[in-house]
Amino acid sequence: MATELHRQVNSPEKESGQEQEDGSGGAAVRVRSLTRSFDGRAVIDNLQLDVPAGEFVVLLGRSGCGKSTLLRVLAGLDREIEGEVLVPRRKAVAFQAPRLMPWKRVWRNVLLGLPGRPGRAVAERALKEVGLDHRVDAWPKTLSGGEAQRASLARALVREPDLLLLDEPFGALDALTRITAQQLVAELWQRRGCAVLLVTHDVEEALLLADRVLVMDGGVIAHQVRVDRDRPRDIADPLLAELRTELLDRLGVRAPEPAVHKVA
Amino acid sequence: MSPVLEPVVPLSARRRTVPRWLRRTTGPLLLLVLWQVSSATGVLPSDTLASPGTIAGTASDLLKDGTLPHAMLVSVQRVLIGLALGGVIGIALALVSGLSRLGEDLVDASVQMLRSIPWVGMIPLFIIWMGIGEAPKIALIALGVTFHLYLNVYAGIRGVDAQLIEAGNSLGLGRWGLIRHVVLPGALPGAMTGLRYSLATAWLALVFGETINADDGIGFLLNRAREFFQTDVIVVCLIVYAALGLLADFIVRTLERLLLQWRPNFTGK
Repeated sequence: MATELHRQVNSPEKESGQEQEDGSGGAAVRVRSLTRSFDGRAVIDNLQLDVPAGEFVVLLGRSGCGKSTLLRVLAGLDREIEGEVLVPRRKAVAFQAPRLMPWKRVWRNVLLGLPGRPGRAVAERALKEVGLDHRVDAWPKTLSGGEAQRASLARALVREPDLLLLDEPFGALDALTRITAQQLVAELWQRRGCAVLLVTHDVEEALLLADRVLVMDGGVIAHQVRVDRDRPRDIADPLLAELRTELLDRLGVRAPEPAVHKVA
Repeated sequence: MSPVLEPVVPLSARRRTVPRWLRRTTGPLLLLVLWQVSSATGVLPSDTLASPGTIAGTASDLLKDGTLPHAMLVSVQRVLIGLALGGVIGIALALVSGLSRLGEDLVDASVQMLRSIPWVGMIPLFIIWMGIGEAPKIALIALGVTFHLYLNVYAGIRGVDAQLIEAGNSLGLGRWGLIRHVVLPGALPGAMTGLRYSLATAWLALVFGETINADDGIGFLLNRAREFFQTDVIVVCLIVYAALGLLADFIVRTLERLLLQWRPNFTGK
């Protein structure tokens, strides 16, 4: 599935809506020499990144390493940047907090911002896909944390994105709900085939979901590992355990001895 | 030795002999009885305050001969026109300064400056400018309403969660889409608070406006009654003012219940 039109995320100085057709067919994200500074301190420092269409990429990093900033740049929400950033025109974001408009019922939230005048049926389809078809008419305040996050996912998916950006979408969920939500995202990705960039600090989550795990440190992609395993994956898989140790090491955390796990 | 067990009595099992609403009405009723008794025995002369019985009779007379309904109509009309005028001005100014930095710089400082003038003090100026007809009364009401609505709508707009604005941005909403779907609904709770304050102010402004000079309306009845020491009519007028204020509050509460049912902290039913 080829990603169509690419649009350059412009820095505010040169906002002219220029569109760039380049030879990067089959790429969902192309970032060259990206720098983003806050008060002279470069949080993203000359970063390069390529994401092929349809790939599931997980971005790991310690707090404050700039991973959320990178996601916001890709989403077009942060444009105080230098460098070249190419992203699909059709992209969608789901944030850590669901950020549903409390004054709109769930289905109206899903349709918010869609071009044209899409009917309620469009929202119902998207909500059915995330298993929320029984809460179409609900007010956001009546949803549980997991339901609200699924509504937020439906709102992102209804845009049929070529690139889905997820900013710690499971961070605020309890452990059980998180497992269900992770499985849901994996299913949706396999069905939709869009590229996904998921930001998290949960190494196991990264290994369960990703084609490729990137570790961000010092404002650049400092390390990456490929996870060549069929889905659904088992976290007890020896390869994943090995990668987990490697990634934790990269993140500056000493992994506990594997034996400790087996005792339980 | 085993401990002595005693039952935990459920709260509902504790019998209340007198229902709460009855206990709460007892106080005011006793006060009313005391008032009636004082009047009947001559302790409270009717020149000072008429008895509740007389007041009830006067109220029914004034209702029957059409004096009171007509006066109420005139007064309510003044409030509605003043409210509409002040509402349009206040909300328009709040939108201008709430939605743009330029508007804020131009409008907010001026409004804040004017707000510090006590609006009741404007009465002499209004009479000089507009005479003693309907205009100064409506202007006074509109003035009181404008500031309350301005402040609350402006604060409401600026209090909209920045995360929701960002979410709207990421969903592809343009400037007007953001205003329509995010900013204005988000400012609605503030606007309703402003409406409530403005209604209270509107009644107050009405009383001020009508007491000073009126040839019609409740204030006119009130003034004429003062000249003839009719304390019963004065009390009837005060009760009407209070009742209209309560009615207005009830209308706003109903509006809030309809428009703000999405609020997480909404508890009314």
